[in-house]
Amino acid sequence: MAQYTLTTPLTSEDTKKLKAGDTVLLNGTLFTARDAAHKRLVELIEKGEELPFDINGSVIYFVGPTPPKPGDPIGSAGPTTSYRMDSFSPTMLKHGSKGMIGKGKRSQEVKDACVKYDGIYFGATGGAGALLGKQITSAEVIAYPELGPEAVRKITVKDFPVTVINDTYGNDLYEQGRAEYEVKD
Amino acid sequence: MREIEFDVIVKAVRDIIVHCGTDLPQDTYDALKEAMENEKSPVSREVIRQILENANIAKSEKRPLCQDTGLAVFFVKVGDEVKIKGGLLKDAINQGTEQGYRDAYLRASTCEPFSRANLKDKIGYNLPAIIHFDIVEGDKIDIEYAAKGGGSENVSRAKVFPPAAGKDGIVEYVKEVISDAGGNPCPPITVGVGIGGTFEKAVISSKHALFRDIGTKNPDPELDELEQRILTEINKLGIGAMGMGGTKTALAVHIEANPCHIASLPVSVNVQCHSSRHTHITI
Repeated sequence: MAQYTLTTPLTSEDTKKLKAGDTVLLNGTLFTARDAAHKRLVELIEKGEELPFDINGSVIYFVGPTPPKPGDPIGSAGPTTSYRMDSFSPTMLKHGSKGMIGKGKRSQEVKDACVKYDGIYFGATGGAGALLGKQITSAEVIAYPELGPEAVRKITVKDFPVTVINDTYGNDLYEQGRAEYEVKD
Repeated sequence: MREIEFDVIVKAVRDIIVHCGTDLPQDTYDALKEAMENEKSPVSREVIRQILENANIAKSEKRPLCQDTGLAVFFVKVGDEVKIKGGLLKDAINQGTEQGYRDAYLRASTCEPFSRANLKDKIGYNLPAIIHFDIVEGDKIDIEYAAKGGGSENVSRAKVFPPAAGKDGIVEYVKEVISDAGGNPCPPITVGVGIGGTFEKAVISSKHALFRDIGTKNPDPELDELEQRILTEINKLGIGAMGMGGTKTALAVHIEANPCHIASLPVSVNVQCHSSRHTHITI
């Protein structure tokens, strides 16, 4: 299992070198979105309208942060459970997004889309919101402010620690890891 | 009758919410540390190391442990010799909840079930709290509190079995629930199991079981044995910290059992994430 440092936007060259279980420190810009925002983003794509950010090479972080304390760019900001985005993620990948950060297993459709469109599903440590929030150096709401914590934010991260769960070759760290440690009677 | 001022309760509730939002309880911290020492998978060990580092940062910098600061859940025992002066106990708990969540910069996570609109302006910041009342003898109010996140709540389940299912049926069911949940509830988890009673009694018991300190022994030897048996079975599943594969999927299994109808064996499984934020005060 290798370690990489990558800067967004990601290219197919970046994503194809990653394998399930690799750890990555991400730098650059991420866009935050949960289910409610994904629904709206995918509707824009389907209508052929412009998205609030450049989707090419983008990495989407599934997060709904706590409100920032005075002087901070953002509050605690760990990943939310990803399956709620399963119906939207293949469309995002098809239109150029290259990565997602969340927690928990994905559907076969999402894994297949990762293979087809050179996408990566990264896992961040759920419940480590204070630690992960500190790696975010700036944050700005760029769409849907009425969604509160679920608004789309453009955030800048420095050495944001993630692990590759689903790679571009169809591997799944959750399945591999569990098979390795499962005790069958 | 002992009179307790409304504002005293508001302040007490506000204070425990602020504290729990940023300070992981010692029992949870110790259990995670022990899990890290015994975990066989290096990937899971690293995840637990991050979880402990997160707890240290949250405590020293007063930042929320997790962005999911939960719904506020209370079990309240009210002494029959207590009178609240200046308002209703339920209102005091809700007011304290709102103040605590605002003051500690926690997230307002309550919404309408269909439109999904946030209720912070309509009802109050992270309101309503979920409150279970009980009346007991005495002149005190006993308040147990936990912040309950969505990821672990979403994998929880309940089922009414025929009595013949017995202990083996219960063990298999809990295993099935945790196996299906995988990494979604943020393991290493605590598993609350409510057995017996009616359908809703089992569910409420499984919730209350999560309020018990991790590392404490069930006083009933039969339940203690069943807890250990289920814990061993869960940790054989291989799910590991955050589902990345490992030997420490659960920190503890807590069971509460109740008398039940001769025809039924209700079983409820309620899961708490590794950030088990819970506390207890007596006023």
